[in-house]
Amino acid sequence: MTTLAAPSPVNYLNVKTTVASWLLTKDHKRIGLMYMIVVTFAFLFGAVFAALIRLELTTPGGDLVSSDTYNRLFTMHGVAMVFFVLIPAVPAILGNMILPLQLGAKDVAFPKINLLSWYIFVVGFLFTIYALVAGGVDTGWTFYPPYSTQGSPSHVAATGLGVFIAGFSSILTGLNFMVTIHRMRAPGLTWFRLPLFVWALYATSLVQILGTPVVAITVLMLFLERVAGLGIFNPALGGDPVLFQHLFWFYSHPAVYIMILPPMGAISEVIACFSRKQVFGYSFVAFSSLAIAVFGFLVWAHHLFVAGISPYSAMVFSFLTYAVAVPSAVKTFNWTATLYRGAIWWKAPMMWVLGFMGLFLVGGLTGLFTASLGVDVHIHDTYFVVAHFHYIMVGGAIMGYFAGLHYWWPKMTGRMYNDMLASLSALLVFVGFNLTFFPQFILGYLGMPRRYHMYPPEFQVLNVMSSAGAMVLGVGYSLTLIYLTYSFFKGAPAGANPWLATGLEWTTQSPPLPENFRETPVVTEGAYEYSKREIKVA
Amino acid sequence: MPDALVAHAADHGHAHAHHPAHQHHFETMEQQAEAATLGMWIFLVTEVMFFGGLFMAYMLYRVWYPEAWAEGSRELDIRLGGLNTVVLIASSLTMAFGVRSAQTGKRMATVNWLLLTMALGLTFLVVKFFEYKHKYDLGHIPGANFHFEGAHADQVQIFLSLYFCMTGLHALHMIIGFGLMSVITWMAWKGRFSPEWYTPVEMSGLYWHFVDIVWIFLFPLLYLVDRAGHYQ
Amino acid sequence: MLSGIPLFPEQASTLAPAVDNLYFFILAVTAFFALLVSALVIYFAIKYRDDTGLKVGAPITGSVPLEIGWSIIPFLVAIVIFVWSTVVFFQIIRPPDQTLEIYSTGKRWMWRFQHADGQREINALHVPLGRPVKVTFTSEDVLHDLYIPAFRVKADAIPGRYSSIWFTATKTGEYHLFCAEYCGTRHSGMIGTVYVMEPNDYQAWLTDGGITGGSMQARGEQLFQQLACTTCHLTNGTGRGPSLSGVFGSTVTLSDGRTVTVDESYVRESILTPQMKLVAGYQPLMPTFQGLVNEEGVMSLIEYVKSLSGSEGTAQARVAPDAAPGAAPVAAPAGAIEQRNEGRTQ
Repeated sequence: MTTLAAPSPVNYLNVKTTVASWLLTKDHKRIGLMYMIVVTFAFLFGAVFAALIRLELTTPGGDLVSSDTYNRLFTMHGVAMVFFVLIPAVPAILGNMILPLQLGAKDVAFPKINLLSWYIFVVGFLFTIYALVAGGVDTGWTFYPPYSTQGSPSHVAATGLGVFIAGFSSILTGLNFMVTIHRMRAPGLTWFRLPLFVWALYATSLVQILGTPVVAITVLMLFLERVAGLGIFNPALGGDPVLFQHLFWFYSHPAVYIMILPPMGAISEVIACFSRKQVFGYSFVAFSSLAIAVFGFLVWAHHLFVAGISPYSAMVFSFLTYAVAVPSAVKTFNWTATLYRGAIWWKAPMMWVLGFMGLFLVGGLTGLFTASLGVDVHIHDTYFVVAHFHYIMVGGAIMGYFAGLHYWWPKMTGRMYNDMLASLSALLVFVGFNLTFFPQFILGYLGMPRRYHMYPPEFQVLNVMSSAGAMVLGVGYSLTLIYLTYSFFKGAPAGANPWLATGLEWTTQSPPLPENFRETPVVTEGAYEYSKREIKVA
Repeated sequence: MPDALVAHAADHGHAHAHHPAHQHHFETMEQQAEAATLGMWIFLVTEVMFFGGLFMAYMLYRVWYPEAWAEGSRELDIRLGGLNTVVLIASSLTMAFGVRSAQTGKRMATVNWLLLTMALGLTFLVVKFFEYKHKYDLGHIPGANFHFEGAHADQVQIFLSLYFCMTGLHALHMIIGFGLMSVITWMAWKGRFSPEWYTPVEMSGLYWHFVDIVWIFLFPLLYLVDRAGHYQ
Repeated sequence: MLSGIPLFPEQASTLAPAVDNLYFFILAVTAFFALLVSALVIYFAIKYRDDTGLKVGAPITGSVPLEIGWSIIPFLVAIVIFVWSTVVFFQIIRPPDQTLEIYSTGKRWMWRFQHADGQREINALHVPLGRPVKVTFTSEDVLHDLYIPAFRVKADAIPGRYSSIWFTATKTGEYHLFCAEYCGTRHSGMIGTVYVMEPNDYQAWLTDGGITGGSMQARGEQLFQQLACTTCHLTNGTGRGPSLSGVFGSTVTLSDGRTVTVDESYVRESILTPQMKLVAGYQPLMPTFQGLVNEEGVMSLIEYVKSLSGSEGTAQARVAPDAAPGAAPVAAPAGAIEQRNEGRTQ
């Protein structure tokens, strides 16, 4: 085991403390933290909208807000959460923080572009905030024409521009990571010695590079159609509104994998560490990430099963959707097998992982219903779909983000948090989440359409259950925010490697030096060689 | 940019000598150049996907409305489009000479070739401006004031919408390229490049060739739809 | 306490049990895997718990046979679900030959229905029990979606094209009808009721409501005269436009050599954008009737054109669709679900 020299008093947090030193930083770790601040802010926005939506839906009559307001609430909830929380959460926050450390590099390949990505992201977010303050947008986060181009009286153009701009942040991050992984690995760090988080980020970068430009151009066309009156999707001219849906989902389905692949990578890291064991079937888990990224581009039209596409193409897309389910299943089985005969350390990050396993399992398996042509006709655009994608995006992606965040928090901040509170928070989120979203599967199969402000009274009981669960969920998330904020300022010092984990990021001090490592590390073994190391009582 | 780097390197107090353009997070200059090249190629892939959305829309509607496409295409001036094609191909050649000059360390030759490339780029943009102006005078700008005499006026409007999106986006890339070139030419004038380090020239060259290639696709797709004498 | 909560939707069409059986099958499969994995995770997490953090796990790196096994088994299960799903899907999108035709348009924020006999209604749909009904619809503004949960049917209403759903109701009663594609402010108010009636009651309802303007076919015929369609579309085929007798359901060759099956979408297109798909051998003389005739008028004209391919024209008209049932769409905008021909409504 490497013995560490006495930690340097200078680290990336305290090396310079002026505001300018943060705003002009090229340090990947600082940029990661800056992303965390903006994303947390966006998350609070999205959460407030969600709370209002759930509050409104406790009664069937639409008594709390007007229909116009309600429509703006769910749209802004979707826009904030999808484009400004889920997509950047793990790659831009944890990826920026950890990727160069895991590679033994001093920084990402293009630090200036990395900072530029953050600024682009903030500008995109400001456009969206502007749209919100000016009166909001009511098209749904999917911006389907012709409603978005002709019908909607709300601020579609500003929001569209915000999403367009934020897209470039995602593209540049993907580009940066891909080059970093190819060219910045420490000596001896071969592809099959890479931590699985790196593999996951690599697969994610692939999706960001190939998918995001397509949604960017699509949203730009929509913007020009709304602002300048171009007629690309206008049915009155013979244009095809469904073309927009194809182009939109060509990105936005793979975007689901931008959201879920990096958390899956984080989960692999945490499971290995807290089982004290190599991840079962390393190469299968690594390649399943790539398989998901590639197959993810071939399934977009499963969002269009009732949009009048040819039944034969529907068949093909349904089949491919089932094919993409296999690598996800492989990952789940491998994680489960990793636990077998491990030495499982019940610490907070592991509790978030167990929560992830439960919720992602339900999210993934309910995908088998939506991918089924026969069942999807009935459940398409109902609460079944709402529940399904929340299980993936919140139950999977956000739980995975929190697992990773709790795992790397001591590294990022140099401080520990209260393990008991963190485990309690994971439990509250798990219970609250199930209470909120499980009833929505039943509502969906009963036929309650999504994006409904008012609904028939027989759906009320299930809606009230869902709203009650949302309160538990809210308490869970608030608790996390409180103890992590406390830890940031007052937490106990963590030391270089509080989890006794493998991986280059744990060989440097916490918080790391501005240039990460005193000297470039040399790698001589694969990832997760827990069984080879002797862990001594300190 | 390099100024900052020199300052940064001095800041950093490296004892050993290294190239002023060598960024400290790279181990070697080779690693730095490889990273830049790979990054640029990946960027060009994203650009292909970016234009790809428009090409997809183009293909769909061309299959649906072949007559309207032919009708719209006939509205475009094949001579001006052809001229611009020649101009752009020539600019790719001068750009290639510029990169070669930088590689062999010929300072003034690099500057001259880059200036010539910029001049050709500007020619393209001026010609494009007159094409747009002509469309504007005829009322062929899609939108509320669109005016077109013909059997398929509505679908021609879709054609022209795509025409303006595709050529407009291409022209925007030309303008960005022009800006890049200005910086690169100035750097070349200042003697920043050498056979050891001319990455910015090479990267701008890649970008410029990409923009040219996009036009090589746009020209036949937009101007030549009905020129083959037969279409289905 | 839970007795008042509905957990499962009513089955009120012949499609509902087919969809539900598939649903229960997938439910069983997913429940099995969910319970299996959860049980293992919980069991391992408890059995191998170590609170010191100092032990290491067993040196197991993986197993190729296991990986292959748990790749192939889920894949095979998925194939079974896929095949079954596809079979049910084709049941849902392919109406039987003889259906009762109802037309509908979605418009922010209401559904208008029009029965062949001329009866119209808004946000309500009366249908007879036990008889296949096909609803053909479009949208007059933005996207909508006609959804009847109790029948397990749904399809988007897209401006500029026709979509359709079909069902055979199996239980009298009142059922929800929803708009399932978000369409703006009062999206959640774009709902209605489907009334499934005994056939006799339905007949009584049809004649009871005081029909104005006659059947759709009669209204179509009237429009056909008013809009002077008759001047060119002579029945003997000597006019400037093709004769429309027996044309519905047949396959025609276009001026550019493509062929197209004459269905609701093609007739609609020919009225509104006549230049787009010209029948071979005819000049592009027909003016557009965009703005001169509304969606309901177009639907009436379609009913009339269908009637011209009645019993005398049916044999000929049926050749193409019978030869290639559900052929792939010739022209994409024609709406892909709409590729079959049912012949004439009785």
